[in-house]
Amino acid sequence: MHARKWLRRHGHLLIFLLPGLILYSAFMAYPLLTSLSYSLYDWRGLLRQEFVGFENFVTVLTRWPYNERFWNALGHNAIFFGITFAIQSTLGLALAVLLARKWRGFALLQATYFMPFTLSAVVVGFLWLLMLNPNWGAVAQALRSVGLGDMVQPWLGQPATALLTVVLVNAWSWLGFPVLVFLAGIQGIPREYYEAGIVDGTNGWQAFRFITLPLLLPTIMMVSILTFIYNFNAFELVFVMQGASGPPAYSTDLLATFFYRTAFGDPTTGGEPGQIGIASAIAVFMLIIIGTVSYFGVRYNQRIQEGI
Amino acid sequence: MSNRKVRLLGFIAAGLLLASSAVAQTNLNFWSWRTEDVDAYSAFIEEFHAENPDIIVTFTPYQNTEYNTILSTALQGGGGPDIVHLRAYGGLEPLAEAGLIVRLDDKVAALEDFDPSILLGATNREDGGIYGVPFAIQVIPVLYNVGIFEELGLQEPQTWDELITVSEALQAGGYYAFANGSSEPWTLETLFGGVAPAFYGGNDFFNELVAGETDFSDPRFVEALERMLALRPYLAPNHQGVNYSDMQTSFAFEMAGMLVGGSYELGAMADLNPDLRIGSFPFPNDDGPGPVSVYVDGSYGISSNSPHQDEALRFIEFLATREFGQMFTDTLQQLSAVPGVSPTGQELSDIVELVDADSTSFLFLTAFRFGQPSGSTLLQNELQAAMGDTKTVDEVVAVIQQGIATWHPAFND
Repeated sequence: MHARKWLRRHGHLLIFLLPGLILYSAFMAYPLLTSLSYSLYDWRGLLRQEFVGFENFVTVLTRWPYNERFWNALGHNAIFFGITFAIQSTLGLALAVLLARKWRGFALLQATYFMPFTLSAVVVGFLWLLMLNPNWGAVAQALRSVGLGDMVQPWLGQPATALLTVVLVNAWSWLGFPVLVFLAGIQGIPREYYEAGIVDGTNGWQAFRFITLPLLLPTIMMVSILTFIYNFNAFELVFVMQGASGPPAYSTDLLATFFYRTAFGDPTTGGEPGQIGIASAIAVFMLIIIGTVSYFGVRYNQRIQEGI
Repeated sequence: MSNRKVRLLGFIAAGLLLASSAVAQTNLNFWSWRTEDVDAYSAFIEEFHAENPDIIVTFTPYQNTEYNTILSTALQGGGGPDIVHLRAYGGLEPLAEAGLIVRLDDKVAALEDFDPSILLGATNREDGGIYGVPFAIQVIPVLYNVGIFEELGLQEPQTWDELITVSEALQAGGYYAFANGSSEPWTLETLFGGVAPAFYGGNDFFNELVAGETDFSDPRFVEALERMLALRPYLAPNHQGVNYSDMQTSFAFEMAGMLVGGSYELGAMADLNPDLRIGSFPFPNDDGPGPVSVYVDGSYGISSNSPHQDEALRFIEFLATREFGQMFTDTLQQLSAVPGVSPTGQELSDIVELVDADSTSFLFLTAFRFGQPSGSTLLQNELQAAMGDTKTVDEVVAVIQQGIATWHPAFND
């Protein structure tokens, strides 16, 4: 009786919800759940074999070379996030504070900083790949033309420099997003606080430290969580600039490239049988890492906001 | 005739026309990774269409490095092409194992005439069945620029020392000695295929290794890797940042004297610079020329999903004919796998002579690509570490051994 009454009153809402629910289930929930189930089976090439429980997960964590590749890739994702986070919370924040002053010509600068973010990772990767070529790339030629030819190195080809180079390109292309969001956050802070600060005799630094920063903290946290998710899912840039094996010698390997290689076989070696079960286990690990960190990040952020 | 009858006849005629065209035309989709061969395949298909007007074949190539993924995903999903350009050896097996491609040895009679060692490239070891018609054989010699060699008065080197002398002369003349770089891992396996057999000694080591009588810590194998590292001063400058297209460009446009590369480069070079004269020699060791690495590039197969099995088989049979093989060689400047085909160009004939003199199967591609991590994955990435001085040869050898031992029956202790 109760249910029918509810249905009569709210039934029309279902019609609005249904298309979204169907599309989301078919294209998000279903593939996600199947890949979860893939990780629990043994696979021979493309054929699903028997149910093996958590064996694939154990393999990723304990069996060489999967374990070595896994921790290696996880470390690189952490470096990806760490450096990008460091740059956006210093340089990015500073740029946002400066741009908030709205001096003449700043609209142009704002657009310039944001532009790389609008380019696809494939375009960014390809352009930097050309520019960083040690024999004829723009960076090498610029260095040579000012007499710094000795500094030219195969940046993307040396195990010692490849990761840092890709991370910096990554940070460059991502930076526009945090700057834009920080800027919006700063502009949302009521002028009255600053005016009250002036009455109390704050200088510029104090205004930033005691007004801008605390009020911007929830925004910074939110952007940091997004940066974390983006960097732990990172794939395209390394795939385009370096290839699926994270060369040289796995020095730019990420969880996503490791997953891709394991699932489909290393495409750069022109044919290696894939391991779909083990690859799915890697994907589940990625989901767990990203999900857990994001969950606690969001909860922490809520606490900060409640504190304000 | 009344108006009505005329109209009726007209309808019938139109219907017949429609019906006949619907019956007559079968569309076959042909997927490949050979983006560079689109024109050549259009010509081959036209030739086939002339004899088989009822079949239309559409050639669709995908990016080389993404092809395997695209193909296996499509086939697994019940779709994909009718005709499949298949990788060789371990690249073909998972598709055959999963029943996604059609077994051909009982269907294509012409396969009986193919060289057994060539058919291995299209064989599924599990059931011994042949699943494709092999299309090309590749050889990895040292290619050199005849013009530059003449300009500097250089001869084909017969020993390692002569090779070093030639390399230094090239560098003194303002050229790169070798165009080879090491930024893309797979190009290092090609370099290995060119250099290493001269030092590990070709077939003897190959056979002992595959049988498990020796392993990768064998001094002959270690020596081969050490010579590759000794070659670093003569590779392209900043070789760690030099990718495959850089390599091709610098050799094609006469910036480099030599290139350790596959015979498939002849066609690519002819496209880039038709005036280039290319010679070839086998990589020498301390005493003389070594064997050249040889392998089957891949094959043509039929998807089990195809609703047009008979038409697809007719096209596959065409691809196994000598007529096609000759056309393939002439057009693409590659060695056809079809028996009885003779190369027309001098450059390709030279390479055939090298194969006849002394050749060996391209080690990792033909024997160690059947499991994960494949021998090729291990070799390429570990060599890159050695090239960048982050690992020693002994460490590299240990990792290759350990990796292959995880799945190869010969090393399961």
